[in-house]
Amino acid sequence: MGRFKEKQSSGIPKISTASLPDIVFILLCFFMVSTTMRETTLIVKVRLPEATEVQKLEKKALVSFIYVGQPLKNMYGTETRIQLNDQFATIADIQNFVAVERDARDEADRKFITTSIKADRDTRMGIVTDIKQELRKAGAFKINYSSRKATKAK
Amino acid sequence: MGKQRELPEINASSMADIAFLLLIFFLVTVTMDVDTGITRKLPPPVEDDTKVDFNQRNIFEVLVNSANMLLVEGKEGNLATLKDETKTFFLNPTNDANLPEKKLEQIELIGDVYVSKGVVSLKNDRGTSYEMYIKVQNELTRAFQEMRDELAVEKFGVKYDNLTDPAKQEAIQAVIPIAISEAEPEDIGKTK
Repeated sequence: MGRFKEKQSSGIPKISTASLPDIVFILLCFFMVSTTMRETTLIVKVRLPEATEVQKLEKKALVSFIYVGQPLKNMYGTETRIQLNDQFATIADIQNFVAVERDARDEADRKFITTSIKADRDTRMGIVTDIKQELRKAGAFKINYSSRKATKAK
Repeated sequence: MGKQRELPEINASSMADIAFLLLIFFLVTVTMDVDTGITRKLPPPVEDDTKVDFNQRNIFEVLVNSANMLLVEGKEGNLATLKDETKTFFLNPTNDANLPEKKLEQIELIGDVYVSKGVVSLKNDRGTSYEMYIKVQNELTRAFQEMRDELAVEKFGVKYDNLTDPAKQEAIQAVIPIAISEAEPEDIGKTK
């Protein structure tokens, strides 16, 4: 074995860091894959109400959102509007929206679809009640009143 | 072979730093906001106007009017006491004739228990603010959650959320279902 060079002449051998970039890139890829980017841009103002008894929404891929609030831009007026996907909608559009969302999901997952109502805290209940009625008609029974976890108990 | 040795190696030690910067950039920009909320199940739509006959003593009426005021069982209510009122109503510890009936049922893992037939009926006006509605929903949820916790501690020694066995959770759910009915919309406080 005398053919191999003796390299350990200078104290501690250096650990090769050549694979470090790869490790970090794998981490990066993992993050990019696992996080879902929010694809809808809000066009209504939504300040969520606070509650203490909130539950986490599991399976984000199976959640469809309905946003309710005042338009962010003044040119659309100040009346409370509904936002589905990227545009303003009316109560009549909700059934169609639910049907489209349902078709987009796997058949096995359809019964787990939750509709999350993200409504501004100053919304009147009238519009929320209308939405609820439409959801009932459309057969989307699992709903979630989106609210932030209150930071401090009352 | 000898020539390859002479090729200058590109120094890749800064590669890690570049990758780390990218990673940190992603971590900062991606908002890991967890969606939270109060989950409810809507009843299926009723085709005709069949009135389900509920015994009046089984119903705990909570009304929220357009001025965000509470009417609980015909009396002016208060958010602070709503939770406890709901609990006393549902559990009916004194077997009051005006509070809901209880039915002896046999439930797996728990055995014979009295299951309350009480239902909370939550009605709101079209003018009620969403914030108030959520507050009321929150208090009602808290009442049911506390009752579940109490039962779970009594039967299994841990709180409901810490029960790991789904069968135990189901047993608790069977005894204390979240009986909150979001009633058919109607205009209260207004002439129809």
